[in-house]
Amino acid sequence: MKRIDRSHKVRRFHQAKWDESIIFELSKAGERGILVPKAEKAIQEVTGSVDELVPAGMRRPSAPALPEISQPRVLRHYMRLSQQTLGADVNIEIGQGTCTVKYSPKVNEVLARMPEMTELHPLQDPSTVQGILEIMHETDLYMREISGMDRFTFQPSGGSQAIMTMAAVARAYHAANGEGDQRDEVITTIYSHPSDAAAPAVMGYKIIHIHPDEDGYPDYEAFKAAVGPRTAAFIVANPEDTGVYNSQVKAFTDLVHAHGGLCGYDQANANGLLGVTRAKEAGFDMCFFNLHKTFSTPHGCGGPAVGATGVVERLVPFLPAPLIDRKDESDGVTYFLNYDFAHPEHGIGKVRLFSGVAPVVLKAYAWMRTLGAEGLYEVAKVAVLNNNYLFQKLMALECVDAPYIPGKQRIEQVRYTIEKLTQDTGVTSGDIQRRMMDFGMHYWTSHHPYYIPEPATLEPTETPSKEDLDEYINTLKHIFDEAYTNPEIIKTAPHNSVCHQVDESDMDDPQRWAPSWRVYLRKTQ
Amino acid sequence: MTLRGFKNHPYIPNSVPEVQQEMLKEIGLSSLEELHAEIPKEICLKEPMKLPPALESEYELKRHVESLLAKNKTCKNHINFLGAGCYQHYVPAICDEINSRGEFLTAYGGEPYNDHGRFQSLFEYQSLMAELLDFDIVNVPTMDGAQASSTAIRMAGRITGRREVLVPKAMDREKLKVMINYGKPALDIIEVDYCAKSGRLDLSDLKGKLSERTAAVYFENPTFYGVIEDQGQAISDLAHAAGALSVVSVDPITLGVLAPPSHYGADIICGDLQPLGIHMNYGGGQSGFMSTRDEEKFVMEFPSRLFGIAPTSEPGEYGFGDVAYDRTSFGHHREHGKEYVGTQTGLWGITAGVYLSTMGPKGMQEVGETILQKSNYAVKRLSKISKIKVNKFESAFFKEFVIDFNETGKTVAQINQALLEKGIFGGFDLSKEHPELGQSALYCVTEIHSKSELDKLAEALEEILGGAR
Amino acid sequence: MEMELELAQNLRKLGFIINPIAGMGGRVGLKGTDGVLEEALRLGAQPMAPAKAARALNSLLGFREEMVLLTGAGELGERVARELGFKVQVVHETSGAVTSQADTVALAKSVVVQGSELILFAGGDGTARNLVEAGIFEAGVPVVGIPAGVKIHSPVFATHPERAGELAGSALSREGASCKWREAEVMDISEEDYRSGRVMTKLYGYLVVPSDRGRMQNKKAPSPQSEANAHREIALEMVAQMEAGTAYFVGPGTTTRAVLDVLGQPHTLLGVDVVLDGKIICQDASEKDLLAVQAKYPCRLIVTPTGGQGFLLGRGNQQLSPEVLRGVGRENLMVIAAQEKLAELKHQPLLVDTGDPEVDALLRGYVKVWTGFKTAAMVAVR
Repeated sequence: MKRIDRSHKVRRFHQAKWDESIIFELSKAGERGILVPKAEKAIQEVTGSVDELVPAGMRRPSAPALPEISQPRVLRHYMRLSQQTLGADVNIEIGQGTCTVKYSPKVNEVLARMPEMTELHPLQDPSTVQGILEIMHETDLYMREISGMDRFTFQPSGGSQAIMTMAAVARAYHAANGEGDQRDEVITTIYSHPSDAAAPAVMGYKIIHIHPDEDGYPDYEAFKAAVGPRTAAFIVANPEDTGVYNSQVKAFTDLVHAHGGLCGYDQANANGLLGVTRAKEAGFDMCFFNLHKTFSTPHGCGGPAVGATGVVERLVPFLPAPLIDRKDESDGVTYFLNYDFAHPEHGIGKVRLFSGVAPVVLKAYAWMRTLGAEGLYEVAKVAVLNNNYLFQKLMALECVDAPYIPGKQRIEQVRYTIEKLTQDTGVTSGDIQRRMMDFGMHYWTSHHPYYIPEPATLEPTETPSKEDLDEYINTLKHIFDEAYTNPEIIKTAPHNSVCHQVDESDMDDPQRWAPSWRVYLRKTQ
Repeated sequence: MTLRGFKNHPYIPNSVPEVQQEMLKEIGLSSLEELHAEIPKEICLKEPMKLPPALESEYELKRHVESLLAKNKTCKNHINFLGAGCYQHYVPAICDEINSRGEFLTAYGGEPYNDHGRFQSLFEYQSLMAELLDFDIVNVPTMDGAQASSTAIRMAGRITGRREVLVPKAMDREKLKVMINYGKPALDIIEVDYCAKSGRLDLSDLKGKLSERTAAVYFENPTFYGVIEDQGQAISDLAHAAGALSVVSVDPITLGVLAPPSHYGADIICGDLQPLGIHMNYGGGQSGFMSTRDEEKFVMEFPSRLFGIAPTSEPGEYGFGDVAYDRTSFGHHREHGKEYVGTQTGLWGITAGVYLSTMGPKGMQEVGETILQKSNYAVKRLSKISKIKVNKFESAFFKEFVIDFNETGKTVAQINQALLEKGIFGGFDLSKEHPELGQSALYCVTEIHSKSELDKLAEALEEILGGAR
Repeated sequence: MEMELELAQNLRKLGFIINPIAGMGGRVGLKGTDGVLEEALRLGAQPMAPAKAARALNSLLGFREEMVLLTGAGELGERVARELGFKVQVVHETSGAVTSQADTVALAKSVVVQGSELILFAGGDGTARNLVEAGIFEAGVPVVGIPAGVKIHSPVFATHPERAGELAGSALSREGASCKWREAEVMDISEEDYRSGRVMTKLYGYLVVPSDRGRMQNKKAPSPQSEANAHREIALEMVAQMEAGTAYFVGPGTTTRAVLDVLGQPHTLLGVDVVLDGKIICQDASEKDLLAVQAKYPCRLIVTPTGGQGFLLGRGNQQLSPEVLRGVGRENLMVIAAQEKLAELKHQPLLVDTGDPEVDALLRGYVKVWTGFKTAAMVAVR
C-alpha cells in the first residue's frame, strides 16, 4: 500500500444533507412519541371526568393539530437537523465576527446539567439553594475585579437586554436627581453594536451617532459638539467592531462626566482585554459582559444567555432586584436575595423574572475557575495574537483591505473590505460568504448599513490553533483566486452545503410569506 | 511587574510558547507584551487581577463545583409545590438529548445554508406552537414570558397609537415590574380589579377603565392565582368595542385541554415556553413566545426574527430565511424602531418544538387531563384540613390554586419552614406582594405529583396545623 | 424581420442603451466627455462603455429566451446585444458614424414607445440626464444604470456592471409589488463647473430605480430599512419638531419631499416649498418669496444632501441664495438623510459652497443630521 496523499490545499468538505421533510410531513395517525402519566384510579374516582373540571366554554373543541410521530422517528428527525447545523463544536470558528464564538468546555455542560442545578425552583427558600447562590455571588465578585465595577446583576438575559438595563439605570439615576426630563439623549458610535442605539431608544431616548474620523476613532470634535446638558449617557463599545481601540477613550468619558452624564461600556468586545485594561480605568460607570461570548458559555442557536451588568457604587440602588448577597455571621456564611438595596422610588424593578439564567452563570464561573487571572490574561493575549496574525496574512493579499489606522494593531477582530475584488470581478462579499460554506466555514459581513463596502468581519478568539488559522486563510485565498478565474462557481454557491441558493423574493410580500407550516399550506394550495 | 499568562492551557491551543514565538515572528513582534500597543499605558493594569488561582485539573474543577452544588436541596429529593411562573413538569429524555447536541448547543448566527438545521428546527417550533395556539405567526422566542408580555403590550401600543394598557391586579407583581420598566416611555399601565369571590376579572371595573386611550386589555389564562378565566370572549369584545387590542398571556401546557385565546378574540397571544420540556434551572429555563394572526399590521410589529420557508434554486428543496426583515410599522405615530433583536432563547425554542413533536395531540391532551385531575384531587384532599380555605376562589382552575391560611394563626413562612423540615417545598408565599390575600400561598400540582405525594402534603399540613376537620 | 417582430409580442421587453463615448475622458485624464470628445479622441481614448455593458448583460444570459432587447443600431447597443446572443429589436438608427446626445434622447423615447418595461443603460451622469430629458420619469419606466462614466454622481447607477445586470434581472422576474422601487436624484452637475472646482447642487430631475438593498444574510441585527420607510420615519421626526408660528423652508430632494407627504401637502419636485403650521404657504418659492417670509416669521430650513457626494448647499440653487442662508444660520438648519445615504458618504463632511465666503463660514461646524425618528448623527459641515 502506498501512503495516501493528503496534500490537497483546501478541505474537500461536504455538509450533511438529509433532504429532510418538515416534521408535520412525518405524521402518521396513531403513532405516539411518549406516554404521559395518568392520574391514579383512586384520584379519578374522586375528581370525576375532566369535563366536570373545566367550564363548558373553555374546553378545547378538538385536539391541537400536532403531528403524531413515534419516538425513534422524532429523534432521527432532530438528529439529522443537528447534523445540518454548523456549530462551533465542528468548525473552525473564525468567521462569526463580533460573536466571540469560542470553545465551550464540555465539563461545564456536565456540571450545568446536574439535577442540583436543573431541578431547582427559583422561588425555593434561599436556605435550600446556598450552592447556586454562592456560585452566583462569587461570579459577581470576579466580574467586579475584572471590570473595576462595584456590583453585578445577572438578570439581563443577553447583550441587548443589558444595554437596555444600563439605559434604564441611567434614566432612573437622572430622574432621582431631578434631571429626568432634561437628559433625553444617548450618544453612541456607528461602529458599536446597533443595539447600543436601539435599546436606549426603547427606553425613550433620542440617539445621536458619532461617525469615525479618518483614522477610524470616534470623531472627538463631533463628540464634543454632541455632548451637553441633554446627555444622559454615552454608551459605546471599545474596541469597536472594526477592531480599532479608541486610545482617547478617557477623554471621551471625562467630557461626559464634566457635563453630568453617565458612561456605559458595551463590552461585547472584551475578549481581547481581560486582565489588560478595565472599564473602571477607562472611566466608565456601567458595563456589561456577554457571558455567552467572552466567558465561553455556548451560544445555543441564539440563547439562553446572560448580559452580566455591573455598575459603580452610586448607581447600585437603581439596579434590578434582587441582588445576590452574602451575610457573614458567627455560625458561618449565608447567601441571600437582597431586595433592600433598591431605591424605593427609582429602582428600575426587574428586567427579567427571577434572578437570571443561573446555569449560564455557573458555566462562566467554572470557566473562570479553570483559568484564573493568568488564564484570562492568556486568553486576551492569544485572542489578540491570533487576530493580528490573521490580519497581517489577509492584508498581504492584494484584494483585501481594512480601512483605518494603517500599519497599527487591532484588538480581537477586524472589519475588512474586499471592494477591490468586487470591482474587478463582480464577486461580492455575500457571494464569498456562500462559497466559504462549501469548505465548512462561516464568514460574516457586517451590520447594516455597510459603512465599509463589501465588508467581512472576522474574529478568531483564542480557540483556533495556528494550523486552523492557516486553513482559514488558505481557504479564503483559494476563493479569491476563484473570483478571478472561475467567478461562476462562487456566484452560484453554495454547492456542498445543506441546500442551494434560497429564493427570498416572497419573504417581504404579505400575500406570499410563509412563517409557519399552516400559513405555507394555506398560501400554496 | 510582568503579568503572567497560562501556558499550554487545554482551551488555548496557541498558548504553547514555541507556537507563540513562531507566530509573533511572522508578524514582526518578539513578545506578547508588544501586543495591545494601541491601549494607552495609563489605563493598562499593572498587576494581575485578584482572582482565585486556577484549579489545577478538570477533575478538581468538577469536584469543586459539585461540592458547591451539593449544598442545594432540589425538587428531585423534595416534594415541590412551587409554581408562580416556573413549573416542574416532566422533561422527556429526548428533549435533553437534542438540546445537548453539540451542533445545536454551539451554533449561533450562521446562514440558512450551513445552519439549515437550526433554521428548520426553529421554523418547526414556530409551526408547532402555531398549531397549539391555533394562530398563524409565532416568533423565534424571547427572554421569558415577562418580556413577551412586555413586548406584546408595546406592539399593541404601536399598532393602535395609544398609551394605556389595562392589566389584571391578579398578576405576578414581579412580572408587572418587568412590564412597567419596559413600557415606561410609551405606555401607562392601569390595573383592573378581580372579583374577590371568583378570582376572575371584574368586568364592570374593566368597562369603567376602558377609553379611547386604551391600547390593549392584557389578561392571563390561567390567572396568576390559577383561575381559569372563562370570560375571555367578553373581555375581548369589550376591548375591541373601545378600539383596543386583546392581549392574552397563556400557559402553553393548558392548551391540550383548554381553548386557546385565539378562540376567544385574542389579537396577540404571549406566554412562557418553560413548561414545554425545559428544566426549571433556578429560573434559567424561561423563554417567551408571542403570536398573532398572519396580517401585515401585526407581522410588521414583531421585534424578533420570524423564520419562513422558501424554495431554493434546486427544485424540490426546502430553504429558509427571515420574513419581513425590514419592519417599520404602517401608521405608527410616536413609536419608532422595533425594539431590538439579539441573543434570546433559541435553544429553548428548539426544545419546545421537540417536546410538542414528541407529545403529539394525544400527549398534550393527556398531560392536561392528568394535571386537572391531580390538582383537583389535591384540593379535595386538602379541603379536609381545618382552618384553611383551599382553592380560595372556588373557581375552575388549572394546575395552581390559592390556600388561605389566615385562620390558622400561623404565617405562610412558618408553615413552609415546617414543611421544609418534612422534605416539602410549600407553595409560594403571597403575603408580601399580595397583601389583600393575607397569609395565603399559591400551590402548584402537575402531572409529576403522585397520589402518595399529595397525601403526604395533606398529612404534613394536618400535623403542622393541628388536625383534620 | 417580420418573424422577429411577431415573436417579440410574447417576450419581455428590456430597453438597452449604450452611450458609446461615456467614460472615454477618464483614462486620458479628462473629467468627462461633454464637449471634449474631440480632445478625448485626440488623446487616444478608447470606448469603455460597451465592455461594461457586456458585463451587465452577462448577468442576464439566463433570460435570453424570455426577453427581447429594444435598442439602437450598432454601438448604441445592437452590436453588444447580438454578440451575446440576445434577441434584438432595433428601434433607432443613427444619423452618422459618431453618435451624439440627441441619439441617446431619441433612442430612449423610442424604447419607451415600443413598450420597454425597464431600461438598462450604460453611461454616466450625462446619459442619465438624457433619459430625464427624454421624459422617462413621466413615462413611469424604471431604469438601471451600468456605471460607465468617469464620475458617477447620481444614485441611478448600480455599484458595478454585473450588479446592474442582476438588478435588471430580478426586477423583471418579480411581479411588480415585491420589487421595491425608489426615486433617485439626477444631478445637474455641469462638468465645466466641476472641473473648475465649484460645487453645484442643482437637482435636474428624477428616475425610478429598483431599490438595491441586496438580501442581507445573517441577520443578527435589524436590516436596513427600505428607503421609503427611512424617509417616512425621518419625516415624522421633522414634523414632531415643528413649532407653531415658525416657517419651514423645505428644500429639494426625495428625503425632504417625504416631510410634505406626511403633512399631506403638495411639493415642488425641484424647488423650495414653505410650510407654516402644517400647511404650505408658498410653493416653489423664489429668493424674493423666501426673504419675505423671513421678514415675518422665525424660519428654519429642512435640507438634505443631494446626489452621492454630500453637497448640502451649493451655488446651483437660486432660491437658497447666500442672503437667505445668512438669515437661516447653522442653528436653524434641520439636515436630514437616511443612514444608507450617510454611509455612502464614507465619513466625508457635508459640503457648503454658497459663493459667499462669509455665509459659508456661518454654516460650517457640526450639525445633527436626522436619520430617523429621534435618531441623529453628528456630522461636520465644511
